[in-house]
Amino acid sequence: MNPDNLRYTETHEWVNLSDDAQPVATVGLSAFALDALTDLVHLELPEVGRVVEAGENACEVESVKAVSEVYSPVAGEVTDINEALLDQLETMTDLPQDEVWLFRVRVDGGGLDGLMDAEAYKKRCADEAH
Amino acid sequence: MSSANSPTARTTPLTDWHAAHGGRMVDFSGWRMPVQYTSIRDEHQATRTAIGLFDISHMGRLAVTGPDAAAFVDRLVTRRVTDLAPGRIRYGLVCNEAGGVLDDVLVYGAPQPAGVWGDHAALGVVVNAGNRDKLVAWFNDQRHGFDVQVDDRTLATAMIAVQGPHAIALIDALSDGAASKLKNYCGAAAQFDGHAVYLSRTGYTGEDGVEILCPADAALAIWVRLVADAAPHGGVPVGLGARDTLRLEAAMPLYGHELDQHINPFEAGLGFGVTLAPERELVGKEALDAAKANPARIRIGLTLEGRRVAREGTPVLSDGQRVGVVTSGTFSPTLQCPIALALIDPAAAGGTLSLDLRGTALPAQAAALPFYRRSD
Repeated sequence: MNPDNLRYTETHEWVNLSDDAQPVATVGLSAFALDALTDLVHLELPEVGRVVEAGENACEVESVKAVSEVYSPVAGEVTDINEALLDQLETMTDLPQDEVWLFRVRVDGGGLDGLMDAEAYKKRCADEAH
Repeated sequence: MSSANSPTARTTPLTDWHAAHGGRMVDFSGWRMPVQYTSIRDEHQATRTAIGLFDISHMGRLAVTGPDAAAFVDRLVTRRVTDLAPGRIRYGLVCNEAGGVLDDVLVYGAPQPAGVWGDHAALGVVVNAGNRDKLVAWFNDQRHGFDVQVDDRTLATAMIAVQGPHAIALIDALSDGAASKLKNYCGAAAQFDGHAVYLSRTGYTGEDGVEILCPADAALAIWVRLVADAAPHGGVPVGLGARDTLRLEAAMPLYGHELDQHINPFEAGLGFGVTLAPERELVGKEALDAAKANPARIRIGLTLEGRRVAREGTPVLSDGQRVGVVTSGTFSPTLQCPIALALIDPAAAGGTLSLDLRGTALPAQAAALPFYRRSD
């Protein structure tokens, strides 16, 4: 997975779209988000088969300090979840960004409108850090 | 996932040190403070097992002077302070006429030295950072008829908490044994590594330890010495994140959560901190008398199974009906389960409770408070 092919949301998810006729979107947390999260205690992944809207809260990442919602950047059906992460909560924030994928959605119409490329997202994070 | 960084936030004498040493800085009650340096979990455990060092300079420090100081403060604080001997410290609440809590405070009897508390302080009062302006205004509003002055010493001074099982030995080594000479809730002027400070055997973690009050310009040297000398014992700087998990395990109230102007001390489980003797002319006494007889809510402790945390505002349910609300919640690093404090209808206490966690009802178990008590 080439990071340059990823698209990013304002809320720090990344999404990677497959080349299939009906593309599958893999959704994860950006390196910026992972750096901000520490002391994770729980991950509430969506159920496979659940249909989500674009922008819908699909997943919760819980740390000692706070709970963060993860929004699906695309609409469609959840086809796969990364349950292996549940055994890696303590080290999850140290993993490379592309290993921290949370769920996959078979995209039902709509594309990746309004998402940022790596360059624009980098600028966005730099602004937020100030 | 972002924090608003206000350009107007106040800095403590240690703010630059925190930022230069990995502190993740946030604005808290108008102050630029570290929420953590490495990890809340690690900083929490270091405090429980060794030493935690906390910059608490954002807390408000008020000196009350004048011949009527004791009578004046006695009218404003729920514990009696007219009999507070020099060097003794008492926890109490400041309430409004309706019995609602304006702040929870520590009152210090005749604290010294002058370099910290100013000349002739009859009493010292340490207040919460977010309530400092409100308390200074409230004290000044109430001065009529009393010969007193209220001197806000906050910006001239700094405050560092040293907490944990090895804290007293660390301070003793740097102060010619001054810490172990103090009983709990006592304080005294001391020489600390060449600086004239006030040492107080108090804290907000559930561990033994001290709080050091010092002139602002001595704070950095004291802090750097503490960090260096604590390190070989496993001691580390600790941010506000672990300060919150530590105090929550110890079931100590946090203003704005367990306490506010619409919660009275009896509801908050702080009846021990209220003396309603007939001769006292305490502001809010009538309302407090009524509240004591018939508290509308009670504070309880809850634990949850699993890993999901009930945060502030989570509804507490009994038979599907809402009977209260969570005031603070976290994942307890010591107990390894989610814990919460809640305010509920007394009629529902003792029954089966659940929490409405973002649409899912999760069973909750009532827990004896505090969740954590140190063994010594």
